[in-house]
Parts: sequence; structure tokens; C-alpha cells
Amino acid sequence: MCPRAAVFFIREVLMARASDQDLKTTPLYQRHLDANGRMVPFGGYSLPVQYSAGIMAEHKWTREQAGLFDVSHMGPSFLTLADPSGDAEADHAAIAAILEPLVCGDIAGLKPGQMRYTLLLNKQGGTIDDLMVGRSPLHPGSLYIVVNAGTKENDFGVIAAAAGNRARLQRADDGALLALQGPEAVNVMAHVLPAAAELGFMQYGSFEWDGNRLVISRSGYTGEDGFEILAKADAGPVLWDALLEDDRVKPVGLGARDSLRLEAGLPLYGHDLDETVSPIEAGLGFAVSKRRREAGDFPGAERILAERSGHLARVRVGLIVEGAPAREGAEILDQTGATIGVITSGGFAPSLGKAIALGFVPPSHSTPGTKLQVVVRNRTQAAEIVQTPFVPHRYLRKPLVS
Amino acid sequence: MTTKFTPDHEYIRVEGFTGVVGITPYAQEALGDIVFVELPEIGKVLKKGDEAAVVESVKAASEIYAPVSGTVTEVNSALSGEPGLINSDPEAGGWIYKIEIADAGEIEGLLDSDAYAELTL
Repeated sequence: MCPRAAVFFIREVLMARASDQDLKTTPLYQRHLDANGRMVPFGGYSLPVQYSAGIMAEHKWTREQAGLFDVSHMGPSFLTLADPSGDAEADHAAIAAILEPLVCGDIAGLKPGQMRYTLLLNKQGGTIDDLMVGRSPLHPGSLYIVVNAGTKENDFGVIAAAAGNRARLQRADDGALLALQGPEAVNVMAHVLPAAAELGFMQYGSFEWDGNRLVISRSGYTGEDGFEILAKADAGPVLWDALLEDDRVKPVGLGARDSLRLEAGLPLYGHDLDETVSPIEAGLGFAVSKRRREAGDFPGAERILAERSGHLARVRVGLIVEGAPAREGAEILDQTGATIGVITSGGFAPSLGKAIALGFVPPSHSTPGTKLQVVVRNRTQAAEIVQTPFVPHRYLRKPLVS
Repeated sequence: MTTKFTPDHEYIRVEGFTGVVGITPYAQEALGDIVFVELPEIGKVLKKGDEAAVVESVKAASEIYAPVSGTVTEVNSALSGEPGLINSDPEAGGWIYKIEIADAGEIEGLLDSDAYAELTL
């Protein structure tokens, strides 16, 4: 038996007892071992791909109750103005002006405590990373920035270089970053830290809990309502235990994190996004904010604006695949058998009981309902373009008027 | 009736001239939830080490190699509807295919249960 498809941790799945040497550990490492987590190398860290329950059960639990994830490998950080003037709006404008030349999102327009998903772009309009940027609710001239694990060294370098001596980038990836995701997440949070349960979708705040300072956002990567919680390293395990005391919460590993995000139609950097893929190709046009679009003042604006007006060679789509899962790298064919694209993420969707995938095809073949084929182990299988998300998002939507 | 093992975690249970092939409890545990099984065609002639079947977990696809040379005589079609049988009952209900053994001598070259157990310690 031998692993074969290009999936990001196949080898690790089969070599579950791979040596942990040279791998970093998170503050929750001992908790994972105690919970029988199957530790695998991921992004330079030793992290659990699953616990005893297994990926399917953990996935379904997150959709029905609340899953607790250790995402401490990611890159939380704070970018803070070196010499704030004391004028809140002017200081926010100044810090936004440092980050905006690197990204396509409207950072200046963020309200205190508001977060936005945006993309760090290269000069060609390709994606260096996708990230979350929030405006501090407390400190004018400070941004909360969370980048991906595999790209964080480069990202932090790019941001720090842009900041020069105008702002200081303070990494917070030596702490614990927990994600609590699922329909019961808010009820669990209401019990543990009621003030944080009041956060709106894509809002964050700083909270005092059990003598610890926590940075909590109403966000996630599963398509469910939930929270991401940054704590100091020593507070991480205490918080982990406190959340797991609630029967509605179970620990969930990286395997289910990937199947959940895939069902939610969310791209994974390094797979569905890379330095060649633009936000428009990736179907992330919403992340190119209106003000930035009108100003055309972001990296690769010429290409991205042309693509937006229809000059697009490929676009990210969702596919339902009949039969065996089509994994990353599988070719996409049209009905005549001509190769038209490639799968960039694929797997089994536990919520749907069938194989789903993300991939790139020409816009002419991207309409939902289009019948295509995928090549799995040198044989073709039927596939159909469908709308994403595959499983509807259930983020918190607060009514405008309550 | 003897059961032999490969270092790649297949078992073959020898019943006369026929071998019943599947993956070991250790392998199913390592792979996690099996969601799809690609079965070989009946009548397919396999050489020892050929790819015979593929099992897919949520995350990964893994080839199942032929532990010995021979001809596929039967496949476990129950796995098409219920691939999880490999997880719940790998050595009985979760068998994958039966092979008519071409060369009984190849069986001798496989691991016995003690040698396999040592490998997975």
C-alpha cells in the first residue's frame, strides 16, 4: 500500500509516527498528545491531523456542535504606528497607508474593531498570501494582521520592509491561536466569556479572561459561525481546557479543518492560491475593495482591472465529482476530452457524502451546470460545475436594525 | 489456512489456491475513514507488486498492491456502497478481492504475523 495522489499530508497520514525532530510545537502540544492526537508535520509544526474520533466524526461535530482547533501555527501579528499623533482617525489613516500599497483591500475604511479578508499581491497581481486585517478597537494606528503559516516568514518580511521605521510589526505567533467553530460556538462563548459572544461577524476585540488578555475575532475557516482566539502561550492550555469542559466542544484536527474549508468553498493558500493566481481568477473579486478599484492603486492593478472587465483566462470553480475523489493536480477535461484546467483542491465532503473539488477552468466552462470530466488514475470521471460554497455558510448575520 | 502480510500493510489469507486480500487493522487505523474503494476487474492478471486496488480516505488515496501474482476471481462489491467496512471489519467484511494464486512459492516470501507485528511496533 502506497500513498499516491498529491494531497498535502498523505505521507504523514501513513507515517503517523514520523519523527518530530526539527518540528516546532505549539503551546497545545501536550494537550494534543493527551487527547490521542495523531501528530503530523504541517507547515514546520507538529500538529494533530485528527484525534481518536477521526476526520469524518470531527467534521460532522463541527457542523452540528462546536469544534476546537489549534491554529497556533498561523501568523498573528500587530502592526503599530511608531509615532502616533493621538488623533485616532489620522493615526488609522497613517497605518492604513503603510499596508494598503501591498494589498487590494480598503484598510483605511475599516471601523474600529472591524476585520477584513484581503490579499497580499505581487507586482503582477498574483497572490503572495491571503490574510485578515483588523483595525484595533482600542489603539489608534494599530492593525491586527493574521497571515498563513507556510507564508508567514515572507509575509512578515514584506510588511516590515514596507513599514520601515514608520511602524513596528510585532509577531504574536509565539502564543496560542485557537478556533472555536460551529453552530454552538456562540453559546459556548456566552458561557466562558459573555462579552466576546456579542461580537459581530468579522469584528474583533480584546478581552480579559481569568487574568489573561485575549484577542478574539468572530471569524473562521469552516463556513460556520465561530471565533478565533489569540492567547499568550501559557494561557493557551488553560483556555483549551476551559472550552473543552463544555460538552458541546470537541477537539478537531487539521484533516477536518481542510474538509470543512473545502465544503465552504474557501481557498487554501499554496493550493488554490499562489503567486500566479490573481484575486479575480480566484473568484475573490469581493476582496478588491471598491475604493481601491476606482483608484487602481494596488499591485497588479492593470491586470486585475482588465480581468475584472472580462479579460480572464481562467477562473476558480467548484465541482462535484462522481466516484473517486479528484485530488490536487487532476486534469479537468471538457466533453470532447480536451484538457481545459486542473483541480487545485479535492476530497470527500463528509456533509454531502460525495467528492468535491476546487479547480481552474476557462470562464467559458465555468457556468454552474456545465458537464465536464476529471482524470483520476488515468480514467475519466464525470464532474459538474456547481456554485460554491458547496455547503451554505452559516456566519452570524446581525440585522441592520434590531 | 494461513494469513501472510506485506511490508505495505496488505494481508493475504490463503484458502487453498485462493488468497483473500485486504489491508491490515493497522493500515485502516492509519488511513482513517475510508470513503471510496476502487476494486480491480474480475479476471485481471496481476504480477506480485502490481497495483490491484485503491482505497481513499478523506485525505488520501493509497494503492493496494498485489501481494502475490495471480488472477482476480472475486471482488468485495459491498465496499462500493459501504467503503467503511474496511475500517470497521478490515479482516473479514472489509476484504477487498480474491486472487487465484499463480505461484504458491511467493506466499512463502511474505511476512508471517509475528514478523508483521514487529514491523508495526
